[in-house]
Amino acid sequence: MKMPEPDKAVIERRTQIISSLMKFVPNGSIISEKKELSVYESDGLTAYQQVPMIVVLPETVEQISQVLSYCYKNNVKIVPRGAGTSLSGGALPLADGITLGLGKFNKILEIDYDNRCARVQPGVTNLAISEAVKGHGFYYAPDPSSQIACTIGGNVAENSGGVHCLKYGLTTNNILGLQMVLADGEIISLGGKHMDSEGYDLLGLMTGSEGLLGIITEVTVRILSKPTSANALMIGFDSSKQAGKCVANIIADGIIPAGMEMMDGPAIEAAEAFVKVGYPLNVGALLLVELDGPFEEVNFLIDRVKEIANSQGAVSLRVSRNDEEREQFWAGRKAAFPAIGRLTPDYYCVDGTIPRSKLPEVLDRMSELSKIYGLKVANVFHAGDGNLHPLIMYDANNPGELERAENFGSDILKLCVEVGGVLTGEHGVGVEKRDLMSVMFSEMDLNQQQRVKCAFDPHQILNPGKVFPTLHRCAELGRVHIHRGKVPFPDIPRF
Amino acid sequence: MTEVLKPSDSSQLEDIVKWAIADEIPLEIAGLATKRGLGRPILGKHGNKGNLVIGHTVDLSSLKGVSLYEPDELVLTAGAGTPVSDIEELLESEGQQLAFEPIHMAKLYGHEGGTLGGLIACNLTGSRRIKAGSARDHVLGIKGVSGRGEYIKSGGRVVKNVTGYDLSKLMTASYGTLAALTEITVKVLPAPESMTTLLIFGLDEKTAQRALSSAINSSHEVSGAAHLPVRPAARLSLSDIRNEDSSVTAMRIEGFRPSVVARCESLKKLLNNFGVIEEVDKENSVVFWRDVCDVNPYNEMKEPLWRLSITPSMAPTIVEKINKVIAGCAFYDWGGGLVWYKLDEYLNDAGATIIRDVINTNGGGHATLVRADDNIRSQTDVFHPQTLALAKLTSRVKNSFDPQRILNPGRMYMEV
Ligand SMILES: Cc1cc2nc3c(=O)[nH]c(=O)nc-3n(C[C@H](O)[C@H](O)[C@H](O)COP(=O)(O)OP(=O)(O)OC[C@H]3O[C@@H](n4cnc5c(N)ncnc54)[C@H](O)[C@@H]3O)c2cc1C
Repeated sequence: MKMPEPDKAVIERRTQIISSLMKFVPNGSIISEKKELSVYESDGLTAYQQVPMIVVLPETVEQISQVLSYCYKNNVKIVPRGAGTSLSGGALPLADGITLGLGKFNKILEIDYDNRCARVQPGVTNLAISEAVKGHGFYYAPDPSSQIACTIGGNVAENSGGVHCLKYGLTTNNILGLQMVLADGEIISLGGKHMDSEGYDLLGLMTGSEGLLGIITEVTVRILSKPTSANALMIGFDSSKQAGKCVANIIADGIIPAGMEMMDGPAIEAAEAFVKVGYPLNVGALLLVELDGPFEEVNFLIDRVKEIANSQGAVSLRVSRNDEEREQFWAGRKAAFPAIGRLTPDYYCVDGTIPRSKLPEVLDRMSELSKIYGLKVANVFHAGDGNLHPLIMYDANNPGELERAENFGSDILKLCVEVGGVLTGEHGVGVEKRDLMSVMFSEMDLNQQQRVKCAFDPHQILNPGKVFPTLHRCAELGRVHIHRGKVPFPDIPRF
Repeated sequence: MTEVLKPSDSSQLEDIVKWAIADEIPLEIAGLATKRGLGRPILGKHGNKGNLVIGHTVDLSSLKGVSLYEPDELVLTAGAGTPVSDIEELLESEGQQLAFEPIHMAKLYGHEGGTLGGLIACNLTGSRRIKAGSARDHVLGIKGVSGRGEYIKSGGRVVKNVTGYDLSKLMTASYGTLAALTEITVKVLPAPESMTTLLIFGLDEKTAQRALSSAINSSHEVSGAAHLPVRPAARLSLSDIRNEDSSVTAMRIEGFRPSVVARCESLKKLLNNFGVIEEVDKENSVVFWRDVCDVNPYNEMKEPLWRLSITPSMAPTIVEKINKVIAGCAFYDWGGGLVWYKLDEYLNDAGATIIRDVINTNGGGHATLVRADDNIRSQTDVFHPQTLALAKLTSRVKNSFDPQRILNPGRMYMEV
C-alpha cells in the first residue's frame, strides 16, 4: 500500500497555510504541534499511520466553506474526519494535507416527530440520535457496533450498517437530506424532509463516497417508531453449513428477522471466554436470530423459526425470556472483536459480502487459506445479508506477519468476488482495499467512477489516495474518444 | 429521418452509441416507450436552442429476460427491456414481490405495461414507500452503456456493498440521461401473507393528515397511508367506496396473519377518535392500492398532472394554498409526502410557478409535471428547477457520463 508522494512544495508552505487558515477559523481551532497532531495519525485501521500536516476543527459551515475555498485555490489536500473509527483507513491523514475534524459539529438541530425525521450536525454520534428520540418511542435504525463513538457524518460517508440493517436498511436507506460543502467551497443541499430527493440521486451517490466528494455538514435522518417487542433465539449447530441452511430456510419461509448473525467455533469460544453469557461451547456454529414487532407476531415467528431450526438439526436452542436475556445473547456477538483481541496481539478484520448460498464453500476455502498462511481466523458473520467478518489473528511484532495477514485478507476478498460477492460490505474501500478494486471493476468502470469524482472535485483535493488504485488527471479522463464506425449497422433491426 | 434502432445485445447498443457520438446525433432511450410523456420532449421539434434536432430512438425491448432469480437469496437480475408484468408474474409464482412497490404509470399516458428499465430509470415508487423505501433503495446493481459509448457496471447482486461509488443509485432516477441501461439487479422480498386496509370516510384533508400521521408514527408498521377527497374517491374501482360519495382515508397493514390482526386492533383503538373504521379484505385491498399507486383516479384524462414530493405534515396546507389560485384537485399518498395534483384548467405553465412557490415556502420538496401536452412540457420545467450551484453540479455529473449530450438530451433539464 503506497500513498501518493507528498507534495514537498505544499509542506514547505505549511506556516503560510496556517496563517491563512487562521483568518477563517477562531483561535484554538488549528492544531499544528507535533505532539497534538499525532493523536490524529490513524483511524480504526491502526496498521497505517501518518501524522497530518495540520488539523483544523471548524465550528460553522461558513468556516468550512472558506477553508475549502482556500484549499481549492491553493491546491491543498483535505481529509475529512469524524470520530476516526473507519476500519479501512478512510480517515488516514496525508503528510501534505489538512485533516478537517468535524467533532465540533455535535448538535442535534431539530427533531420533527410529525415528519419522522431529525436534522443533525455531522459530528453527532450515531447512538446520540437514538438517545435523543427514545423518550418519544423512536430510534434511528442503522446500528453499527461502533455506534457509541462513530459520527453520523462518518456513517453517511461509509454507508455504515449494523445488525438491524437486514430488516431496516443501511444508512443510505435511512437518510432524507444532506447539506454539504463542495471542494470549491460552494454549499449545497440535497433532499430535505420529503421522501425522494429531486433530480439525480446525489444523496445516494454521496452515501458511501468516503469523504471524496464533499464535506457533509448536516444530515436529515429518518427516525422510526420502536417496535413494541423483540425476542431472540440462540441456536447451535454442528456445522456452519447447517447454520447457513437454516438462514436460507428462514428467509425462504418469508421471514425477515430484525437481525440474524452467525459465529463460528473459534469466535464462540473467544466471546464466551470474554463475556460468559452461556454460549454453547460444543457447537460448530451459533446463530442469533432476533425478531421484533407486535407481541403476537414475535411469538408466532419464534415458533416458526424454532421449527425450521430443529428440522435443520439444531443441537441447542434457547429463546430469550426477557429483554435482559436477549441483550445477553447479543453481548457475546457485540464483544466479538475485543474478545478476539484478548486471544491475539493483533487482529485484522476483513469485510466482504457473498451470496449467502456460497457460505459453506467460502468457509472451506478460508480454512485452507488459514493453513497456507499459518494464521488463525475466527468468523463473525451478518448471516442474513451475507456480510462476512473474518478476524485474522497475527502478531505485528513478528517480522512479516502483518503482511501475511494482509495477503490472507486480500485472498479472502478475492474469493468473495469470485463467488459473486463484493470487496466490502460496510467498512469501505479506503486505503485498505484500494489496490483490489480492479478485482471487481474493469478499468472502464473505475474511470467512470473517477469522472464522477472529477465532477465534484476537479482538482482532487478531497481525500486523494483513497478508493482508487490509480489517480488519473481529470482532463485526461474527460476526453471523449470518437470511434468513427461504419454507419449503417446492417445487423441491427430497424423499424 | 428518425429511425428506431433495436439492438439485440449490449454490444450492438454500444455500437449505436459510439456511432451517435461520432455523428453527434441524439438518441432517445426507450423500453416500450410507454412513458414518453414523462419528462421534457427530446426529439422532434424542440431542440436545445429551439432549433430542429432530429435523433433516433433506441428501442431496448429486445434486451429482455430474467437471467438470475434466486428466491432464497432475495435477488433477481433481468434485462432492462423485460416487461415489469413478466417479472411480477414470476415473483408471484414464488410468493414474492419486488422489494419496492412499483407504479405502473403507462396508463396515465394512455398505454399499458412498461419495462424494468423504465421503472428504474424513473424511480417510480408507490404506496409502500413509507415502509419499504423507493425503487432506488433496492437496486443492487446496474449495467449499461454510458453516453461515452462505454459498457459500465456498478454494484453487484448483494445488498451489503460499499465498493466504490453507488453509481447504481445515480443511474436510477436519471431518466436515461446518463446511460442506456441493459441489465438491472434488484432485491425482492416475500409477499405478505395477509393484508387488511382500514378506511375512515368523510375526513377533511387536515384531519386525514393527522390520522395518517398518527398511524405511521405508531409502531404498527403501516405500509400504505393515503387520503382521497371526494372527487378522486369517486373514480376508484371499488364500488363500495365509490358509492359512499365521500372522502376516504386508508391505511394498509400487511404481514403474517396474527400480526395483521393484532395491529389492526391496536390501530383501530388508536384512531378511534377519528370516526368509524371499516376493514377491507386482502382481495379488495389489492384493488384499492393498485388504484392509488397507479394514480388510476386520474387516468383516461388529459388535464395536466403534478406529482409533489413534500414534507408530509405540510401537504394539506400546500394543497390549500395552491387551490386558492388554481382550480385543481389533489390526492395524498405516503401519509402526505406524495401528492398527485390534477389541474381542472389549462394554464400556460400548468401552474408551475404557483405550485413551486408554495412548495418552496412551505417546508420544501419538489414538483414534477408528470402529464401535460408536449407544448407545455417543452416550455415549462418538468422537473423542479435547481439552485444554480446544484444545477451546475448536475450538469458536470451529466458531462462525466455523456459529455456530448447524446442520451435523452433535455429530458430532465434543458442543459442535461
Ligand atoms: C469496534 C468497531 C466496530 C465497528 N463496527 C461497524 C459496524 O458494525 N458496521 C459498520 O458499518 N462499520 C463499523 N465500524 C466502522 C466505522 O465505525 C464506520 O465506518 C463509521 O461510520 C465511521 O464513522 P467515523 O465518524 O468514525 O468516521 P471516520 O472514521 O472519521 O471517517 C470515515 C470516512 O468518512 C469520511 N468522513 C467522515 N466525516 C465526514 C464528513 N462529515 N463529510 C465527509 N466525509 C466524512 C472520512 O474522510 C473517512 O473517509 C466499526 C469500527 C470499529 C472501530
